[in-house]
Amino acid sequence: MTALRADLAIIQKWVKPGSQVLDLGCGEGQLLKYLQEEKQVRGYGLEINPEKLTACIRNGVNVIEQNLDNGLGNFADNSSDTVIMTQALQAVKRPDELLDEMLRIGKEAIVTFPNFGYWKTRFYLLLKGRMPMSDTLPYNWYDTPNIHMCTFRDFEILCREKGIRILNRTVMDDQHQQHWSIGLWPGMLGEIAVYHITRR
Amino acid sequence: MPDVIPENSVGLVTPKTHHFDEPLTLRSGRVLKEYDLVYETYGELNADRSNAILICHALSGDHHAAGYHSMDEKKPGWWDTCIGPGKVIDTNVFYVVALNNLGGCSGSTGPTSINPETGKVYGPEFPICAVRDWVNSQARLADVLGIDVWAAVVGGSLGGMQVLRWSIQFPERLKHAVVIASAPKLSAQNIAFNEVARQAIAKDPDFHDGWYHEHNTLPKAGLMQARMLGHLTYLSDDAMKQKFGRELRAEEFNFSFAPEFQVESYLHYQGEKFSTRFDANTYMLMTKALDYFDPAAAYGDDLVACLSNAQCRFLVVSFTTDWRFAPERSEEIVNALVHADKDVSYACIESTSGHDAFLLPIPRYLDVFKAYMDGVADRCGLSGGQS
Repeated sequence: MTALRADLAIIQKWVKPGSQVLDLGCGEGQLLKYLQEEKQVRGYGLEINPEKLTACIRNGVNVIEQNLDNGLGNFADNSSDTVIMTQALQAVKRPDELLDEMLRIGKEAIVTFPNFGYWKTRFYLLLKGRMPMSDTLPYNWYDTPNIHMCTFRDFEILCREKGIRILNRTVMDDQHQQHWSIGLWPGMLGEIAVYHITRR
Repeated sequence: MPDVIPENSVGLVTPKTHHFDEPLTLRSGRVLKEYDLVYETYGELNADRSNAILICHALSGDHHAAGYHSMDEKKPGWWDTCIGPGKVIDTNVFYVVALNNLGGCSGSTGPTSINPETGKVYGPEFPICAVRDWVNSQARLADVLGIDVWAAVVGGSLGGMQVLRWSIQFPERLKHAVVIASAPKLSAQNIAFNEVARQAIAKDPDFHDGWYHEHNTLPKAGLMQARMLGHLTYLSDDAMKQKFGRELRAEEFNFSFAPEFQVESYLHYQGEKFSTRFDANTYMLMTKALDYFDPAAAYGDDLVACLSNAQCRFLVVSFTTDWRFAPERSEEIVNALVHADKDVSYACIESTSGHDAFLLPIPRYLDVFKAYMDGVADRCGLSGGQS
């Protein structure tokens, strides 16, 4: 078993053995493969990148070519235990609607996204007066797929408005490492967060 | 025609025929008392008989799926792109079986065969077969070959429908199902196209209600029209634009009704070629099998309930410009499989080639297909899934 990326390692802990999972934007299927092999989890990944989709098939996971922006109407209510979406929330047309969909299909959801409130991002904008770019956000404002950036606080306010309960939050740096110092001021010092959410 | 057989070809192949004495009751209620199936095999069946792949052919296909019958043959079998040593369906790993379906005109019992009861050619009296009849006969061929469980059953278009039927009818006899450019049933538009094709044949004065053999004629004009129409539905607007555009055969218009545009002469050529090699009654029969196929009908039109019996894993593939069996049709299958909680992967391949794409060497298609077939080899415990 190859080592799992740090954020995926956190996510997998929140997935119950033998449960049903839907992974939105599943990449090469590493998480699903891990969950399948180590936790006897069943499920599907959705992916639109051709190379990644082929990699999923090579990894022996179920992958379906489907664009998240076209909705998830083909998945039934409560058909999954956990719906997972890593690093894609900021890239979809309507993150708010997708969150609703995730919690319609799944009893729980796990979401990760980059924090636009990270101190370096804030200072980049403040000092340079330009849209922030970094290793996590390497795109120009005009060609970025990340069309709906938000801060941790933005996300949590949206959850409150929607009546979504946050079960757990883990905040990390850009290497997906947790450090006690981030906890001092997560909204400022954290670059990526993993949220475990459910309907109230 | 091949001066040298290419290295990744299965090489020279010889069809085999098996005669079946046990009567086969068809969906129509009619009974075939005896029949022949002609088939080809590529690769070697392993000791535990776990590496067998069944190839199901489409409307005009046959048992000659790969390799060459002789050094004089112009083209290899119809799916040589995908079947051979090191290819997608790797004959170093798998034992591949391809047959001509009942009602066909390439050697299996069909309208051109002699009806043992009358001593005459069956002609239009050959019973119309349904997809399930083919699958039943294929299962009997599997018995003959000693194959209890297929590692995979694979097919495109009408072939994909046979694969679906296999997964429902003999769920314990296949481990993987590969359904390419197919649909869970025909749409009204699909049926309409088929009917126009059948009418073109039926209205040909040389058709004689299907008894053309007795009149020593062939309904070539009708079959040609049917094929031209069919061929149109296999191509996309893009593909035709790329291939022909508005190119003329001559420099200028000659203001006649003879074919002037390249696309016209291409269609004529395709129709002409087909009308001499294919049997009109078989064409009628195959299009009816397409029209009738609707496995969900027996389950109150619930495709989820229909597929819930399946035990195999599925790969479903569609092509963006296929309008005969558009991606949405494949997605109906995928969604039903997801609702039935089956293992399924789905790829929608970017292609300009329309329905025909499933026979073409499109790199991404071959990548996805190969990745899946290597997984089939792995899961079936076949050594060296990748050659």
